Amino acid sequence: MNQPAAASPPRDAAPAIELKGICKAFGPVQANQDVSLSVEAGSIHGIVGENGAGKSTLMSILYGFYEADSGSIEVKGKPAAIEDSADAIGLGIGMVHQHFMLVPVFSVLENVMLGVEGGALLAPGKRRARKEIARIGEDYGLKLDPDELIENLPVGVRQRVEIVKALYRGAEILILDEPTGVLTPQEADALFDILRTLKERGETVILITHKLREIMAVTDRVSVMRGGKLVATRETAATNPAELAELMVGRKVLLQVDKQPREPAEVRLAAEGLTVVDGQGVERVKDVSFSVRAGEIVGVAGVSGNGQDFLLEALAGIRAPARGTISILDLQISPERPADPAEVRRHGAGHVPEDRHAMGLVMNYTAEHSLMLGYHRHPRFRRSWLLDAGAIRRHAARVLPEYDVRPAEPRLRSADFSGGNQQKIVLAREMDEHPQVLLVGQPTRGVDIGAIEAIHRRILALRLAGCAILLVSFELDEIMSLADRIIVMNAGEIVGTVAAEGADDHELGLMMAGIRPGEQKAA
Amino acid sequence: MMKVFGVFARAGAPKMPYWAQVTVIPLLNIFVALALAGCVVLLLGENPFKAMAVMLQGAFVYPGGLGFTLYYTTNLIFTGLCVAMAFHAMQFNIGGEGQAIIGGLGVALFLLFVGDSLPLIICLPLAVLAAAAAGGAWAFIPGYLYAKRGSHIVITTIMFNFIAAAVLQYLLVNVLIAPGQMSPQSVKFAERTHLPQIHELLALVGIETESTPLNISLFLALAAAVGFWFLIWRTSWGYALRTVGQSERAAVYAGIDPARMTVQAMAISGALAGMVGVNALMGDAHRILLGFATGYGFAGIGVALMGRNHPLGIVLAAALFGILTQGGSELNFEFRNITRDLVIVIQGLIILMVGALSLMLDPPVARLIALVSRRKEET
Repeated sequence: MNQPAAASPPRDAAPAIELKGICKAFGPVQANQDVSLSVEAGSIHGIVGENGAGKSTLMSILYGFYEADSGSIEVKGKPAAIEDSADAIGLGIGMVHQHFMLVPVFSVLENVMLGVEGGALLAPGKRRARKEIARIGEDYGLKLDPDELIENLPVGVRQRVEIVKALYRGAEILILDEPTGVLTPQEADALFDILRTLKERGETVILITHKLREIMAVTDRVSVMRGGKLVATRETAATNPAELAELMVGRKVLLQVDKQPREPAEVRLAAEGLTVVDGQGVERVKDVSFSVRAGEIVGVAGVSGNGQDFLLEALAGIRAPARGTISILDLQISPERPADPAEVRRHGAGHVPEDRHAMGLVMNYTAEHSLMLGYHRHPRFRRSWLLDAGAIRRHAARVLPEYDVRPAEPRLRSADFSGGNQQKIVLAREMDEHPQVLLVGQPTRGVDIGAIEAIHRRILALRLAGCAILLVSFELDEIMSLADRIIVMNAGEIVGTVAAEGADDHELGLMMAGIRPGEQKAA
Repeated sequence: MMKVFGVFARAGAPKMPYWAQVTVIPLLNIFVALALAGCVVLLLGENPFKAMAVMLQGAFVYPGGLGFTLYYTTNLIFTGLCVAMAFHAMQFNIGGEGQAIIGGLGVALFLLFVGDSLPLIICLPLAVLAAAAAGGAWAFIPGYLYAKRGSHIVITTIMFNFIAAAVLQYLLVNVLIAPGQMSPQSVKFAERTHLPQIHELLALVGIETESTPLNISLFLALAAAVGFWFLIWRTSWGYALRTVGQSERAAVYAGIDPARMTVQAMAISGALAGMVGVNALMGDAHRILLGFATGYGFAGIGVALMGRNHPLGIVLAAALFGILTQGGSELNFEFRNITRDLVIVIQGLIILMVGALSLMLDPPVARLIALVSRRKEET
């Protein structure tokens, strides 16, 4: 119903996949809400959406990892009951996961035949697999050396092994989950060539991604998900990145925030040529420079997964920079002199982490104990070397109502608060220290509207008090209403910096897609 | 696999109140374990109730029974605290046995070669410290290897048990053996360094009791339990340690170094196990010999599991295991078909119930409690 009539698939062929009214809830979270999707056979169908939009849940239902609460699945026109991944494979559905499911010390051959050895003795199965790998290589242009160990292969080739693995199991419908997340641009281009070849040979490809360039480059049609719902399906040729970005982010009414003017003062947080790498040595933040001044909110806009999390962790002292320098107040951080988070905190910088469940709170701790996380050595919580239980309780009893945490019950377990109230606990802890610099990641993710307003008011009050605030959010509206300046990140780089006043969300959407302001006329 | 587990961990079960978690469930676990052990006794052709009576009499009533029970309890408190300390950092210290051996070696070497030349008031605390330091150092190594190289603590501590046993054997056979002795044991420690035994103390106030190995180390163990509680729940160090155990990412975010905390927790854990040397050697054997720590390290795992890593629970669980150990030794005398090995069976069943099968009893009990409390509200 969301698609224009012109986009209807030809009626002569049954769609490869037909999902109808899929619903799936995890506790109170509605991960998929009445999702209906039709994937034409022999096409490349993209599914875009932000993290948490429900793309992965939907594909997990299709692949049998989860069971839908309601709704039906048809594969090649026949109703299908998919209870586990074996059912999915039996129906010709193959999946290439974001994180590869390969045994590093096994050869390509052994990985491809893993689980379908076909008997107690390995030799006949190996012979068969070797022949098949050669055939698949010929047919699809997926050349592989069957005897090479996985651990010796570059990431792009490992992914090719995953694709061959799926084809070896007879996959006709291939799901790729964020396949380019770990690839270099060249490897990604090679992957797209492979996908086009697969399509020519009649395979159906479902490509899950949040990168709009990829959608534009390779797909025939694209469906956009937001907040668990499928909001639109478009012919790729008939849409553009700006429209997709808008659909992904959602054009909600700007929240009413009462932002008072304030003249920014001295620079309190600055990064110079900052580069951050992850555990695999991939550069997640590339040569980034910016500064935040007292009484200023700088928003970092961008689609999730473009290096914002690594940037925040580097600034907070959790991750050492690979190159470049950070200065926070009078603390200088460089690769030669990394800082630990306690040191950053001591210098007067608070940090509201993106992931409050794993980082911001200890779920099993009572609220009063989560309220001293990171400040447990602070003299106000201690009496010589003992913790001062009375002072901890009094602190909690004071800040919980002050920050409107409900229920204001110091002894309630952190896990038993709602998402919004958990976030308020984290904010209460970090803001009550009157930080000079505040790093905020995703302050309103999974938070109800009422709490969002309260949190926004708090952040603005802190700005008025002269704090330098760096705000990372995937909600463009949030950034546009709170920030004074907006930095747009894509693939670890700053695409551009714009003043929030008069900023245009179309323009920002294009920048989030990696198109620099100068290139926009051409695009 | 998920589907199989689902039967036991159904989301439908109501939340268990805390008081039930620490009272009803452990008692139920013991009861089920004893019932199963009773079936084993029945299969062996003996009367399980009679066996139970003999064990209880052996542990409490027979002359010296209570003293032995409490002596075993003392060792088990130390090793139970040892396992629990590591557990609060989410590490499984299987090496209590080896750490107890090296702790015993520490106290023995100190008393044999240094202690006697010192005034008693300095010698006794230093001897206890020597046990703690030696046991702690032995556990520090696996902790350090984990922090620096990522070696798995379960594996390294198990291996360190064997190394410790071999070191003890080598030293006893080749170095420490008393002249003219056939069995591998050292000469006696100087008389004045022996820890006062409880029956001696009672004799001083005119109460005559059977001579047992129970000595003032029991009070040391109880003090260690209290200290443990303070350290874990009342200091910022304990807060940091529990944070590491609960969520490593939250710890890193809070500026706590998980590797460093783990190493420190392991050292303290080993020091606690090392105190077994004080009880067994300084308090009882008065020399160092083979096998003085046998079994306590592993029993400590059961004690910590059953005591839910809380010192009060550990003291109670250690007492239960002490009763089983002492009562079980009476089984040898009274029955033809069952031996004290039955105690190992019971201990194993308890650990099985407490550890592996705890999820089996929790949901039905939680439902029952919810049902009962609802009934009460209605009436």
